[in-house]
Amino acid sequence: MSRDFDFIVIGGGHNGLTAAAWLAKAGRRVLLLEARQTLGGSAATEELFPGFHFNTAAPDAGLLAPQVAAELGLHKHGLDFVASQAAAFAPLAGGRGLTLWRDAERSAMEIAAFSAADAKAFLPFHRRTRRFAAVLAKMAALQPFALKSNSLRTLAGWARLALSLRALGGRDMMEFLRVLPMGAAHYLNEHFESDALKGLLAYASTVGLMQGPRASGTAFMLLYQQMGADNGAYRSSLLPRGGVGRLSTALAAAAQAHGAELRTGTPVAAILCEDGRAAGVRLASGEEVRAGAVLSSADPRRTFLSLVGGPQLGPRFSRRLRSLKLRGSTASVHLALSGLPEFPAAAGDPSRLDGAIVISPSLDYAEQAYDDAKHGRIARRPVLEARIPSLLDAGLAPQGQHTLSILFRYAPHQLAEGDWDAERERLGDLAVDTLTQHAPNLKSLISDRHTITPLDYERDYGLSGGGEMHGQMGLDQLLLMRPTPGFIGYRSPIDSLYVCGAGAHPGGGVTGLPGLLAARQAAKEGYAKQT
Amino acid sequence: MPIPGPLHSRIAPLCTTQEWRDWSGYLCPATYQPSHEVEYFAVRNAAGLIDVSPLYKYELRGPDAGRLADRLLTRDVSKCRVGQVLYSPWCDEDGYVIDDGTLARLGSDHYRLTAADPSLRWLQDVGYGMDVEIEDVSTRLAALALQGPNSRAILESLFSNLSLGQLGYYRLLQTKFKDAPLTVTRTGYTGDLGYELWLPPEHAPALWDRLMDAGRGYGLLPVGLAALDMLRVEAGLLLIEVDYTSSNHAHIPAQKSTPYELGLGWTVAANKADFIGRHSLQALAQPAQQLVGLAVSWPDLEREFGKVGLPPQVAGRASRTPVPLYAGGRHVGQATSLMFSPILKTYIALATLDSQYAQPGSDVEIEITVEYVRGRAGAKVVKPPFYDPPHKKAVQRG
Repeated sequence: MSRDFDFIVIGGGHNGLTAAAWLAKAGRRVLLLEARQTLGGSAATEELFPGFHFNTAAPDAGLLAPQVAAELGLHKHGLDFVASQAAAFAPLAGGRGLTLWRDAERSAMEIAAFSAADAKAFLPFHRRTRRFAAVLAKMAALQPFALKSNSLRTLAGWARLALSLRALGGRDMMEFLRVLPMGAAHYLNEHFESDALKGLLAYASTVGLMQGPRASGTAFMLLYQQMGADNGAYRSSLLPRGGVGRLSTALAAAAQAHGAELRTGTPVAAILCEDGRAAGVRLASGEEVRAGAVLSSADPRRTFLSLVGGPQLGPRFSRRLRSLKLRGSTASVHLALSGLPEFPAAAGDPSRLDGAIVISPSLDYAEQAYDDAKHGRIARRPVLEARIPSLLDAGLAPQGQHTLSILFRYAPHQLAEGDWDAERERLGDLAVDTLTQHAPNLKSLISDRHTITPLDYERDYGLSGGGEMHGQMGLDQLLLMRPTPGFIGYRSPIDSLYVCGAGAHPGGGVTGLPGLLAARQAAKEGYAKQT
Repeated sequence: MPIPGPLHSRIAPLCTTQEWRDWSGYLCPATYQPSHEVEYFAVRNAAGLIDVSPLYKYELRGPDAGRLADRLLTRDVSKCRVGQVLYSPWCDEDGYVIDDGTLARLGSDHYRLTAADPSLRWLQDVGYGMDVEIEDVSTRLAALALQGPNSRAILESLFSNLSLGQLGYYRLLQTKFKDAPLTVTRTGYTGDLGYELWLPPEHAPALWDRLMDAGRGYGLLPVGLAALDMLRVEAGLLLIEVDYTSSNHAHIPAQKSTPYELGLGWTVAANKADFIGRHSLQALAQPAQQLVGLAVSWPDLEREFGKVGLPPQVAGRASRTPVPLYAGGRHVGQATSLMFSPILKTYIALATLDSQYAQPGSDVEIEITVEYVRGRAGAKVVKPPFYDPPHKKAVQRG
């Protein structure tokens, strides 16, 4: 069998790039294929308007696993982080505001203005959740285990994890196991009384989930979002200088430095399967490229049902893929601003605005926003996360001007009525109107606006169902159930076809871990050495 | 609770015994008359009419209809011509049999499949991504089985336009009955000459009436499930959940069967295009157990029953109670369908045996119970079918 490359990587998002760079560094011949003209996928920074650069999907790269940056030498390839002072700022009705700072003690002082009891409870809560998040971070970096036939090395990794769980101490270990399947609302209610604080903290618990904070398993996401938070923040939010896309640029540079070939604007039409194994790909142009193995960072549904094709799959597996919960529920609105909007609640302190600006004033508010989406409607009173990255990184916008990106929750991919092409600008208006309640001069500063709906994420960014996590990160779609039962260690029922995107363990978020772990697995299995 | 089927208005008045069985949720007579043996002999010597409407039926239409059928079944569907019918089991991905049925090719892109169990979801799963329309027509098609040596003559008297004499075994004809489409397949579950008639349920009672009228001079009787069960055992035809357990219903892996274990190895076309279970079946082609026929020694029965002063007591109907089999004092299998064959005058069984004892001519022992006491009688392995008359497959010349 003639072969053009050892490995073909489908998709140039940060996970695909990580896999390509790692395999190239390991001395393999690698071709990466990206359908869009830009690399980065959901970790991209795009110049939507001349001079204005926006993070069009992921708002930060704070979850990036340190080992990805270290193994690939990303700092040599131009990766550099800027850190905000504020982790999150919640402007509230009546001109009040709550800021959580990177400095936890400073956060506690802010919280005291809302509740003395909460201020007292915050620091122990924060210390404990950080310990829990550290265990999750270890888990995320392990090869997922199989129910049978594990390698000793895989088991040893999980044994070490079990030890670190034990090291939490009896009380914390029990608490960790108790908390993971809980609803975030329930968990937060156990600790705090202030609506403002609980609403703000709960925002992180539903990132990428078509669920409200009361749903089971959202406490897991609350902790997951805290992985890698290096200081007092309730979630990690390091921003690469130059935008999230700079991470992808650095990964691409690392891949190319090790000899990988990267082709953009090259959609893959099909994964070629011969006798149950992946032998290469057919491009949309009709060209066929052959390889020893294929790694796909496209979501599992696209990878298998579209690129491999239903008839090639076993009926059990194909049903599982069709049952995969994707459920995109996030839209985004990107604004080019002629100046910095004034938030009266920030009391003239722009440093309060340099992190996430979160509109989620209470648990009930967030749950009700989800309730709309549950019934197929755009949230009438949406939960928002706005970022003004140009505050920290002036190069993202022309001198004196700013970029503001809003993640809009909840916007269900499947609308009960109407369609997204008709609803796009209405959603954009709603996002701006909602934010304007807290920043009265916002509208007067907007020079351009670009709205990305869940349908756009599906059509333009390749996310099936608009699902930014390539499969919701509910407890039923994690670890050895991710993306569905039947995947063991990034392998699929199709021989020599690996899943290396967010659909695989540990999941969504800009971690680079699915790409890294899948590349290790693929390299270990030695397809590149055959024939 | 079972419900009346499309022919209930006709069969209910005839079912003088009021002995009903539940077949896939429908009321079906076990016997119409006090003696099921009369019904049995009608099929073997004259003709019987059986309502088989409770079968599950699926239609596959479209460019990939044949591809779906070929991926589903172990038989090579590419060799099935228009007008042909195939019997085949189908397997799960591990190579274990889910169900068995017949596939009729009605047109170049049009097939009809029968199944014992509901199968729509499995068909949809196997056909996902194929250009094929899968329709559950179970309630949109009634089915009448006209079986027995006189069945051709009865049918010819009704449909003089059909050249039934030339219709081969496992072939089909399509015609009209009262402007409704009627498919006639030369198939059945009796091992005799016979036909199955498939038509919309609203026309089924009228067809029943016409057949019963036409059959008057030919000894035609309505036949219930008790007789059918005996007929199919003599014909060596398997019954799901009796002679094998569907892999969908097995509680433990040992309850599942491969086609090789069921004596259906001949249906596995290992060299055709990829089909569900092919990969697993490659490793399973040498089965540890096999389904065989048994003929129980009558002298042994006389001996064992004679010890207590009784003549042999044998099941008048086909027994579905599994009975253990022994060889050299060791358990080596079980008989799953057991009956006294009225036409062969032999006590016969369908049985699953360890492969080393499965060769025709092998001797094993079967457990019998004589006045509450367990004993054993000798039995010889035979290759089913037990009863295979020439007229089952015969075609008239010219």
